[in-house]
Amino acid sequence: MADSYVTADGRTIGPVVMEMKNITLRFGGVEAIKDISFDIREGEIRAIIGPNGAGKSSMLNVISGFYVPQEGEVWYKGARRPAMKPFEVAQQGIARTFQNIALFEGMSVLDNVMTGRLTHMKTGLFAQSLWKGKAEAEEIANREVAEKIIDFLEIQAIRKTPVARLPYGLKKRVELARALAAEPSILLLDEPMAGMNVEEKEDMSRFILDVNDEFGTTIALIEHDMGVVMDLSDRVVVMDYGKKIGDGTPSEVRNNQAVIDAYLGVAHD
Amino acid sequence: MNEQLAFTIEVFANGLMAGVLYALVALGFVLIYKASGIFNYAQGVMALFAAMTLVGIQNGQVPFAHLINAIFGTDVHKFGWSVHSFVAIVLTVFVMIALAWAVQRFVFRHLVGQEPIILFMATIGLAYFLEGVADLMWGSELKALNVCSSDGTCLPQGMNMWLEGTTYEALGYGFFIDNLDIVASIVAVILVVGLVMFAQYTKQGRAMRAVADDHQAALSVGVSLNFIWILVWSLAGFVALVAGIMWGAKSGVQFSLSLIALKALPVLMLGGFTSIPGAIVGGLIIGVGEKLFEFLIGAPFLGGATENWFAYMLALLFLVFRPQGLFGEKIIERV
Repeated sequence: MADSYVTADGRTIGPVVMEMKNITLRFGGVEAIKDISFDIREGEIRAIIGPNGAGKSSMLNVISGFYVPQEGEVWYKGARRPAMKPFEVAQQGIARTFQNIALFEGMSVLDNVMTGRLTHMKTGLFAQSLWKGKAEAEEIANREVAEKIIDFLEIQAIRKTPVARLPYGLKKRVELARALAAEPSILLLDEPMAGMNVEEKEDMSRFILDVNDEFGTTIALIEHDMGVVMDLSDRVVVMDYGKKIGDGTPSEVRNNQAVIDAYLGVAHD
Repeated sequence: MNEQLAFTIEVFANGLMAGVLYALVALGFVLIYKASGIFNYAQGVMALFAAMTLVGIQNGQVPFAHLINAIFGTDVHKFGWSVHSFVAIVLTVFVMIALAWAVQRFVFRHLVGQEPIILFMATIGLAYFLEGVADLMWGSELKALNVCSSDGTCLPQGMNMWLEGTTYEALGYGFFIDNLDIVASIVAVILVVGLVMFAQYTKQGRAMRAVADDHQAALSVGVSLNFIWILVWSLAGFVALVAGIMWGAKSGVQFSLSLIALKALPVLMLGGFTSIPGAIVGGLIIGVGEKLFEFLIGAPFLGGATENWFAYMLALLFLVFRPQGLFGEKIIERV
């Protein structure tokens, strides 16, 4: 495949930004991920799908540094990434959301989104506490980014509401807003539509597409809902029991016999 | 002017001052609780440890002198110099930062994700350990916190003439007020304003609040838990040092200093465990409340000594009617 290409709907997909090479992850005697390799290209929406317990979330945790694989290499922006703590990965520009929502429940929506800007705050401690000079300009700039994202995700009305009061669907959206506020080079979404009703799912799908389209953000997402994944993503990795059983465009994957077997079951005769 | 009224005002003022000192101790609790959800039982002992270290460094004491002498059969007790107060304070700050690092490295790093009660038990252990270390390091005798060094520069302390009680003339009546208390109030105000600015406006402050709320989420936005915890324990150590200086100057550096932590508990229940301004307001209410209650009701009608239990009674009332305290975060739960 060429270094970059243009999709049918006119978006430009760039070169590989992250590459997983022969990743193996074990918990004691259990192999959660077995020798998996795949890459993520700049500007694409990359989905990881698979039945329950396939190791999808583990894979995302490896990318975001929450798990360190026993074997294999993670290549990011053309260099091998050493074993890192999750906060260091975040500082490198990889933002994520969680399957079970991890928000700062006691803070307002705006404060939550502003924490997403933490990696972009550079001025000194003293200047910040005095709210002077560069610190002031920086805070204003950060605030503008946060407000832009709040507008974008249509959560202006709840800016000042403590997150704990929000319904589930909105919490998911706030979490996306916080991740976006970091202006990440890769955005990892762990089941962004889990537990949502049809309408909420449609909203979320639209936001994911808009984010990718508007900001050119590279997105890697995990999702159960096959229909959603096929509509959203440019390329799909399919996992089953920790192994990669398919990798390609949605139509390629849909016609892959191993994938069909994993999802529908195989008759043993 | 009415003699009785004037005297009441004086009691009120002295209550405010006492309240400031309670608030200083309570502040240390709030800081750690806010950032890590740990109720730090050792805060009072940290104040004692800080004060003893300060005095020890000032007087040029050899740390662990008794231990060294017992092992090597030597007889060293002092280096034979005395250190300038300000230098001693800076050195003590470094000791408190080292302590914060050690606490994080050897205790709490191993307890990440444990139940709050387990963390609380760890701080109880820490309190006894620290008390023992302070004892072993600097000896257990009562010391005057003599914050005047040989060249005559003085820090506020009780042994200093200027800081003893002074009578202020106002409204045709002489008010007796301890100068030390005035200094303590000013220091407390500066400290609180500084801490609030830190928590509200700085990156580290925001990160601190984030860590307090959700560890996983904090990691995902690029916050190092370890760094924030060390930072918070250092801050708490610094607040403990200030509290130790103030209390030590008032009543000497001795082991009962660690018991002032108990008075900080009702202060926290009033102010709310998570609020920096709450610690101050709670401290003032308790300070004024117990002095006025003693003066107006306790002494004339109840036979006195109400100061010992008034604060706890007030805290109990708050627990019944407003468990989150005056300024504590509302407990929101959506089911």
